[in-house]
Amino acid sequence: MNIFDKMMSLDRRWVFLFLIVVCVIAYIVPFEVPIIVEPEVRSIFNFIDTLPKGAIMFIPLDYDPGSMAELHPMTWAIVEQCWRKELKVLMTALSQNGPGMADQALRDIADSMLVEKTYNGVTYPPREIINGIDYCFLGYKPYPSMVMLAMGQNFRLPFPLDYYGVPLDSLPMMQGVNNFDDIAGAVNISGTNSTDYWISYAQGRFNFPLAIGVTGVSTAQYYPYLGSGQIFGIMGGMLGAAEYEELADNPGNAKDSMRIQLAAHLVIIGFVIIGNVGYFMNRRQKKRMQREGR
Amino acid sequence: MKQQFPRLLVLVFGAFLLFQFFMPHEKSEWLYEYLLDWIIIIGIFALAIGIWSLIRVHVDKIKNKKIGWQYSYVTLAGLVGFIVFGFTIRNGAEWGWYFPFVLSVVGMFLMIIQAMASRAKVAMFAGLAGVFALTALLIGIFDKAFSFHFATSEGLQAYMFVHSFDFILIPIFATMFSLLAFFIASAAYRAFRARSIMATLLLLSAIIVMLRFNPYLEPVFGSYISQTSSWLMNVPNLAAQRAIVMGVGLGIVATGLKVILGIERKYMG
Repeated sequence: MNIFDKMMSLDRRWVFLFLIVVCVIAYIVPFEVPIIVEPEVRSIFNFIDTLPKGAIMFIPLDYDPGSMAELHPMTWAIVEQCWRKELKVLMTALSQNGPGMADQALRDIADSMLVEKTYNGVTYPPREIINGIDYCFLGYKPYPSMVMLAMGQNFRLPFPLDYYGVPLDSLPMMQGVNNFDDIAGAVNISGTNSTDYWISYAQGRFNFPLAIGVTGVSTAQYYPYLGSGQIFGIMGGMLGAAEYEELADNPGNAKDSMRIQLAAHLVIIGFVIIGNVGYFMNRRQKKRMQREGR
Repeated sequence: MKQQFPRLLVLVFGAFLLFQFFMPHEKSEWLYEYLLDWIIIIGIFALAIGIWSLIRVHVDKIKNKKIGWQYSYVTLAGLVGFIVFGFTIRNGAEWGWYFPFVLSVVGMFLMIIQAMASRAKVAMFAGLAGVFALTALLIGIFDKAFSFHFATSEGLQAYMFVHSFDFILIPIFATMFSLLAFFIASAAYRAFRARSIMATLLLLSAIIVMLRFNPYLEPVFGSYISQTSSWLMNVPNLAAQRAIVMGVGLGIVATGLKVILGIERKYMG
């Protein structure tokens, strides 16, 4: 086996080892990766930023802990932006493990609101976040498409009580809030195919402004809906989350992780190049040998 | 009759829901909301069937000593443990006999499973299940450190339920998903070979999209990579995805009509 054969067929354990070493070094060595913000992320930020105080943002969280690294920073940045701007947040979780994710995010973000912070030059005083006044978490029900259709009629149809067992009618925030007509807009953050349902069943039928935050691998499949105007923005994977954190001036896990992702991508590109150099040199060598009749 | 009645139901309800979309009448809306409630309730029954199916699969694995049958006990213990955590809540600062109670319930369940899976000593496992059940019952009645919440949501905020999710389930899922990075790196190294023009295009597109957020290349390439990446996503990708979406949409309409008209009957088993 010559050097080019070896370049083509490296043991995958070397790939794993090199990747982990590079990721660990990138994790330990602090350096900041400048973020270039795409228009499809900026449109979500601008939409929320220009809403009047007291408007309701609907944020369905449909992801499991597996997608947490990519999607939790989006949730964090958007919900904190909403609360700092004194918007109200309405939440559902239509994937099986989603309620735990949403509950954890609400608890953690509510805690961070107790501290004074400055974003984009504006100082926001500390504020206590109260369930039923600043947010309402509806929880989980099976069959996402049917739940969405029912919510389009009235949120109380699938969710007479919120996740914590309180009747929706007794929550101050939900007074006069019946269905999608009463929300300013929605951002679906999803690691499942529920985004398809939100676009087809909810936005398609009830026609409210919808944006999405999805995992990196599924981002490409939602661009047609951006082109058609069915959604007004996309955040794709950890990069999308980092772009949002950059816009919100709220650097979090996504922006911090970009250096690791950048290093990992460079390693992958490096191995792809090694494999291709080996492939072409090997092919050239074989052709030369054929020409020489060996 | 066994075939025709379900088909009639599908025809009536399918056609109704199809036409209801165009009928904004009060009575039609009421019926529509009523049916939506039904579907959600039926969905909840499906969860129960799912749990039963999970138990059956793992009992079968244990019974026939299939590969990794030992892990089935862990799965089933986790299932019961989480259910117990979700329905019980600590009343004060003391745990009391809470953990012996949880262990008794899990032990009872595992003994029942063992009795179902065993070919011998069934009576012994059933007896042990009874002992565990009696222990759990006595603790449940006499220990006031915790209480049961079957009809309310308090259990969802219980210490053990929330912490099991935050500190067991989340790290497990995150670890499983993180492993993908290594497999993707290895797969990309092996699969991305410029063997043909199409493969070369795919390879170049992948590299450009991966490099699009690399700010260190901007002094060399300007905004060329970022613009090319946006073009790839918004033009060729959009065109291909749109074709797929439209094809799938037409397929769904055709399948829906076939189901309503009784041409497609596989859903009946």
